[in-house]
Amino acid sequence: MSAPAAEAARVDAGLAIRLEGVSLGYGPHAVLDDLNLDIAPGEILVIVGPSGSGKSTVLRAIAGLLTPRAGRVLAEGVPVTGPSPDRAMVFQDDALLPWRTVRRNVELPLRIRGVPKRERRTAAESWIARVGLAGCEDRLPRELSGGMRQRVQLARSLAGTPRAVLMDEPFGALDAQTRGEMQRLLLDVLRDTLATVVFVTHDVDEALLLADRVVVLGRGGIGCVLSVPDPRTPDIDRAGLRARIIEEL
Amino acid sequence: MSTPALDATLAPAAGAADAATPGTARARTTAGLRGWAVRLGSLAVVVALWQWLTATDARVGLRFDRLPSPTEVAAEFGRQLGTGVYYLDLAQSMIRILTGFALAAVAGIALGVLVARSRWIGDLLLPPIEVVRPIPAIALVPIAILVFPTDEQGIVFITFAAAFFPIMVSTRHAVRALPTLWEDAVRTMGGGRAHVLWNVVLPGTLPGVFGGLSVGMGVAWICVISAEMISGEFGVGYRTWHAYTVVDYPAVLVGMASIGVLGWVTSASIELLGRRLTRWLPRGEGSAR
Repeated sequence: MSAPAAEAARVDAGLAIRLEGVSLGYGPHAVLDDLNLDIAPGEILVIVGPSGSGKSTVLRAIAGLLTPRAGRVLAEGVPVTGPSPDRAMVFQDDALLPWRTVRRNVELPLRIRGVPKRERRTAAESWIARVGLAGCEDRLPRELSGGMRQRVQLARSLAGTPRAVLMDEPFGALDAQTRGEMQRLLLDVLRDTLATVVFVTHDVDEALLLADRVVVLGRGGIGCVLSVPDPRTPDIDRAGLRARIIEEL
Repeated sequence: MSTPALDATLAPAAGAADAATPGTARARTTAGLRGWAVRLGSLAVVVALWQWLTATDARVGLRFDRLPSPTEVAAEFGRQLGTGVYYLDLAQSMIRILTGFALAAVAGIALGVLVARSRWIGDLLLPPIEVVRPIPAIALVPIAILVFPTDEQGIVFITFAAAFFPIMVSTRHAVRALPTLWEDAVRTMGGGRAHVLWNVVLPGTLPGVFGGLSVGMGVAWICVISAEMISGEFGVGYRTWHAYTVVDYPAVLVGMASIGVLGWVTSASIELLGRRLTRWLPRGEGSAR
């Protein structure tokens, strides 16, 4: 595995994602119609919207778990026809396989990709340590708290070195204090990756804390797309932007 | 009857609690001992009652004068333990049930998964299965005699047919009830059908599948014994029925007890294996670790 550095950089670089006239829904009813959105490689894009606005549905379409009723989703210019390890997903809760230990959950994407045992063990251990769970490798998900389980999910999604990470309200089920910790951990971990991040939340403050750009999704589709100046810099007053988003919701 | 295994898993937990709160732990041990004393005492009372009713040839509506007493049964059991035929019968019945049950487990789980995961295969295979399902396996004996060249194969077939349906049906329900979240997670890691099957469907359905295996083992015993009574030349069922036809009632009761013990051993093994394999399930505190 001695690929030239240039190629390695290209492979690891974030994915460009594009939604072209996408219409989404389950059964006969469309949840969202004619969505158009460009997501730049490596950016952190946060989709904010009230529950029922279809923000998770958009994420499922990007993941390839849901086929659009019309239009198309493009990843690096190629139409998405199904899930791919390039686009990892972090779910709200309970997406860990309960019969696998922490270690074996984190190893799973590597195992599916056919990474040899020794390598995937090393990679899994380093990711588990990275999310602060060293020493918990052999625990089962039911022996972990909600926050710890989401740490494992984060490690699991990143262990597969995806080019995009799709996060579906990953901290929505956590208490306020744990959520704050997880947000700091996420920023810390994402600093080292070039992956594109699409993060879905209903929490405006969470959106402003993480995002390069915020997409406000209302009942009728995309309300507006706002760039966050000096993203992820602490102690910047974002009251104006916050008011703007709440107004759009 | 699975309490010994449960107590064994509880023991370390009780030991750990011992250090923290010795008083409550000791109270629990005393309660446990009392529990055992009551259980053993209950059994002893039943045996004593049986002995008294048969020894006095009681006829109180029910007639106990022809029923063998526990001492007669114990003597007969001791005699049979010294014969080779007894062990041969046990082995024969065990081979029959294990063969039929193993085939039913493999076929039941495979078909249960297939018909639940693929509408096409469901449409293709479910109609004949649903038509045969309501027929009690033991009613298939004439078919088994007609179709299979040897009695042995017929008996294994009856056992298979008995165990197959509960296993297949519980597997099918377990697969249908599986949350789609785990499958979605594996698919977004790039996992295909085989990965989903191996990493999600099979482990995720194990709790339900083991429900089916337990029920399947129970009905398999009913059917293997009945089939042996009808057409066997060896086996506990055949021996028990044979003893009845020659009016050897103590031997009938020995046969019954042997069937009971074998049934309990096989069911307990399934239960134990199921617990081992589904240790990840959220359970009540205490038995967790």
